[in-house]
Amino acid sequence: MCLAVPGKVITKIDMLGTVDISGVTRQVSLILLPEAEIGDYVLVHAGFAIQKIDEEEAQKTLELFKELGLYAEHNG
Amino acid sequence: MQSITVSEVKKAADFFVSEIKNLNVRPLRLMEVCGTHTVAIFKAGIRQMLPVEIELVSGPGCPVCVTPNEYLDTAIAYSRQSDVIITTFGDMLRVPGTETTLLDARAQGGDIRIVYSPLDSLEIAKANPAKKVIFLAVGFETTAPTAAATILTAKQQNLSNFFVLSAHKLVPPALEALLAMPHVKVDGFLLPGHVSAIIGLAPYEILGTQHNIPTVVAGFEPLDILRSVYMLVKQVIEGRAEIENQYSRIVPIDGNKAARQVLEQVYQPCDAVWRGLGKIPGSGLELKSGYNEFDALAHLPVKVGHSQEPRGCRCGEVLSGIVKPTACPLFGTACQPEHPVGACMVSVEGSCAAWYKYGAGRWQM
Ligand code: SF4
Repeated sequence: MCLAVPGKVITKIDMLGTVDISGVTRQVSLILLPEAEIGDYVLVHAGFAIQKIDEEEAQKTLELFKELGLYAEHNG
Repeated sequence: MQSITVSEVKKAADFFVSEIKNLNVRPLRLMEVCGTHTVAIFKAGIRQMLPVEIELVSGPGCPVCVTPNEYLDTAIAYSRQSDVIITTFGDMLRVPGTETTLLDARAQGGDIRIVYSPLDSLEIAKANPAKKVIFLAVGFETTAPTAAATILTAKQQNLSNFFVLSAHKLVPPALEALLAMPHVKVDGFLLPGHVSAIIGLAPYEILGTQHNIPTVVAGFEPLDILRSVYMLVKQVIEGRAEIENQYSRIVPIDGNKAARQVLEQVYQPCDAVWRGLGKIPGSGLELKSGYNEFDALAHLPVKVGHSQEPRGCRCGEVLSGIVKPTACPLFGTACQPEHPVGACMVSVEGSCAAWYKYGAGRWQM
C-alpha cells in the first residue's frame, strides 16, 4: 500500500499539478509537497506528490552501482 | 534520468553478495519491515543469493494485514446501511472479516467504491449529498498525510457528508513493541523507504540507542536491498547500532515537513490494536477535536457483531517474524490467494501471498 511511483511535474497551478508517470499524465495534489516545481521528479502516492526525487543523489547511487560492477569485474 | 544496464546490475549484485560473504557473519535474522520490500526480495530472488547464515524475515509492514477484523466488521456493517457509500483502496476488498468481506457485501448490494486517491471520496460526497460517504482510512505514515489533506480539504469545502473510519498505524512504535516481545528475535531492520520519506530518520534513532539494533532505510530496487543488507551486516560486524540511509535519493534526513504538518494538524497519536501484535501504545492516529466532525464512529451509529480472528490462522506470528507462512497448517491448502483465510494471504504485499506466489527453494524446507 505504501507503493509510490516516480513522475515528472509538467504543470502546476496553485496546489494542483499534472505529473507524467511513464508517459501517462495524472492530476496530483501538491498540498503535501508545495515546493514541487515544473520539471521536478516527484514520488506520487494515492494522488499526492509526497517527496521530491533528489536527482543528484539518484545519479550518485547509479554511479556507485556502476563502479562496484566494474570493480567486481576486475577483481572477480 | 540515466539508467543502468542489466549486466551492470548483475555485476554490482555479485559485488554486494561477495562482500556480504566475505564478512563471515554468525547467523543473523534481518527483518524487512515493509511489504513492498517483501515482494521485491522475492521477485529478485534475493534470499537465494545471500549466504545461509543470513535469514530475511518479513515484518508487520502490510497495512491491510495488520488491520484487525473488528475494523473490517465495522466497515462491512456500515456498508449495509442504505444511506452509506464506502470508499476504499482496492486491497481492502477481499480481506476476510469475521464472517464476510467487503467484496461480498458489495455483491449483496452495498455501495462500496474503490478510489485511487482519498480525494476522490470528496467528489463522490458532492455528487451524492443525500448519502454519507465513509473513507476507509488505512495505511502507515506514507498514506496518513493523504487522508489528513483530504480531511482539511473537506473542511475548507464545508462538506458535511464525508467521514473517515480511521485505522492509520505508525511504524516506529510497532518496531519497539516487536523488540519487546519474548519470541521475536531480530538482529537488524531494513526500514520502509516510503514511510521514511515522510517521517525522516529521527523516529528510528531509539532502536539503536535503546535497543541496540542496527537499522538501514532501504530503497526498493534489488541493488538497493542488497546494499542495505550489506550495510546492516557491516554494522553488526563492527558492533554499531545506528540508523543509516541507503535511500537518500528519496529520503531526506528530516523527511517531509509539510506532510507531517498536515498530519499533525488533523491527527494525534493514540493506542491502536494491530492484528497479531495486540494493542500498542501510541501506534495509531485519531482525529483531533477540531476535526472530530469527520469521525464516522463518533457520528454515525453502527451495530457490529462479535469480532474474532480466523481460526487456525497464524497471521499474528507471521507478522511478527516468529514463523514463516509455511509453518501455518492452512498455508497453500485451506488458505490460498483465491480463497484466503487470513489477511496475510490477500494483499499482494502480504507475506503469505508473497510466499505462495514466489516461494520455492530452500526456504520451503
Ligand atoms: S497461510 Fe493463511 S491462514 Fe495461515 S497465517 Fe497465512 S493468512 Fe493466516
